[in-house]
This record gives sequence, C-alpha cells and structure tokens, in this order.
Amino acid sequence: MEHPILFLDVLTGMLGLHIPPHVTYAWLIMALLVGLGYLAAKPRALVPAGGQSFFELVIGGLEEFMVDITGEEGRAFFPYIATLFLYIWVCNLIGLIPGFFSPTANINTTLSMALCTFIYTHYLGIKFHGAKYIKHFLGPVPALAPLFLPIEIVGHLARVMSLTLRLFGNIMGEDLVLAILLMLAGAFLAPLPMMFLAIFTCTVQAFIFSLLSIMYFTGSMEEAH
Amino acid sequence: MKKLMIAGMTLLFTLGLATLALAAEAAGGAPGLGGFFAASVTAAGFGIGIAAFGTGIGQGLAVRSAVEGIARNPEASGKITVTMLIGLALIESLCIYALVVALIILYAYPMAKPIANALGLK
Repeated sequence: MEHPILFLDVLTGMLGLHIPPHVTYAWLIMALLVGLGYLAAKPRALVPAGGQSFFELVIGGLEEFMVDITGEEGRAFFPYIATLFLYIWVCNLIGLIPGFFSPTANINTTLSMALCTFIYTHYLGIKFHGAKYIKHFLGPVPALAPLFLPIEIVGHLARVMSLTLRLFGNIMGEDLVLAILLMLAGAFLAPLPMMFLAIFTCTVQAFIFSLLSIMYFTGSMEEAH
Repeated sequence: MKKLMIAGMTLLFTLGLATLALAAEAAGGAPGLGGFFAASVTAAGFGIGIAAFGTGIGQGLAVRSAVEGIARNPEASGKITVTMLIGLALIESLCIYALVVALIILYAYPMAKPIANALGLK
C-alpha cells in the first residue's frame, strides 16, 4: 500500500532504473539533511541568526535532554542519537506530503536502524567494561547464570524486534489509515484530522526511538547489577 | 450483568462463526481459497480488536497514574511525562505487533500456499 504517484519513482523509471521507493526517498532525505546541516554550519557566527539559531536550538535541546539521562560520559554518542532523531523525524513527516513516501513505512529501513542501535549498544558495553561486559548477561547470582544467559540474549534480540516493528507499524498504519480515508471520503477532507494526529505521532515515534536507544546505551554503560 | 456479558459473547461468537459458515458456503461452489481468506479477514479483525481493547485499558491506567502524579506534584511533570511516554510506547508496541500480524495476514499470505496444498485445493 503506497501513495499512488511517487515522483522519484517516476524519475527513476524514466532513467530505466528499478530502485525501490524507500531507498530513493531515504537518499533524498539524507541529501536534504546534509544540505541543511551544511547551510546551518557554514556561517558559524558567534551570535547565531536565522537558520543557525534554529539548528542550535534543536541540537542544544536534544543534547541537554540526553545528558540529563546518561550523564556526562554519554556526550560521546550524542551525534548518533541526534542523527537518528532528525533522520527518523524527517522520514516520518515527509510521507504526509503528496508525492512523497515515508522510508520508515518499509520494514527494511527501520530494521537497519534498529541493528545499528543493537551493534552500537554492545560496542559501548565492550568499550566501557572490556571482557567483564559478559557480567551484564549473567544475572545477579553466579549459580543462576545458565538460566539468565538465554533469557538475556532473547531479551536483547527482542529489543531489535520491538524497535523495528514499533516504528514500522506506526508509520505504516498511519499511511494506511490516510490512504483508506482518502479513498472513502477524500472529497470531504476526511484525512485532514488524521494528518494533524499524524504530525504528533511522527514526532513521538522519532522521540521514542532515540529515547529507547539512549536507555539501551545507558544500560550497557553502567555497572552490571 | 454477567448474564448479559455471556449472552453478548455468545452472540459475537455465533456471528463470527456464521460469517465463516456463510463464506465457506459461498466459496463451496467454486473450489478455491475463499473460506481460508474469509477466515483470515475474520482473524485479522478480531485480533486487532482484542489487542486494541487491552492496549486501551493499559494506556488508560498508565495515563491515569501519570496525571495523578502530576496533580500531586506539578513540579515533577517533566520527568513524569517522559517516563509516561516511554511506558506508553512500550504498551502501544503490543498493539502494533497485532497490527503487523493483521497486515501480514491480510496482505502477505505466508501460509496460503502450504494450507492450500495441505487441503488439496489449488
């Protein structure tokens, strides 16, 4: 279930390429974000004005929020979190414009981001604790370690699944609802109230994805219980 | 009250089965997967309904406690809101799983061919 006309699809079709829409739109959003970031960082004035002050507000607010949860040592992975948040947010919102497609409404996009978070979690754990990181998986009592190890492994794998499916299901479901309302009563602007709700859920989902990533990173950084 | 609920559940169950029976009858003429697809539509609808029921109750309880906490201590509203949002997302993901399963049942038909082969349909 996709939007009927996707202009990048038409473009790649004209060039004789067969690239799926979620890939092309992900590229478009990457180009957009890199371009905006370049434009915002170029003036680098001491007293920010215009676009630079907007971006400083967004990034500064995110950083304050994150450091509140993780503590000072969390600043190292702030670029990853900010990238996740901005990318998912724009990905979610762009699907509301006719002719555009949310890359996050495809399970491959969300799975790739969840896998990045998964790998980065364990990278951080090994970086902070070395070989002792295994203690995170063994539970509080040594005798119960064989019981805890499979449970913890399944728990960590379930994190990937829940991150993937939550974002995918939300954005996909929202797109479906919009499409169905458009088909049922598009002439009476039926999808409009859902679109207002969708702006809210898009922001919340981007926020939740990055917030859960922060929580997982914090969990792997702290000492084993 | 209890009798009413039992009667309601019986009615629902009967109606659900009647849909199945009617669909099977309709598809009976032409050998096909009509019954199977009617069953999958029923399963998807009831599945998402039950999931939304539980999720609604769970989220309602969570929001109630959060609002009570904020009413008692308005200064802690920021932290409570963030925690509540995480909790709501975790609860909501259960309903989202049901939605994904329903979408798989409706659009992906992973079991259509094996079941058709097992039933001897084509």
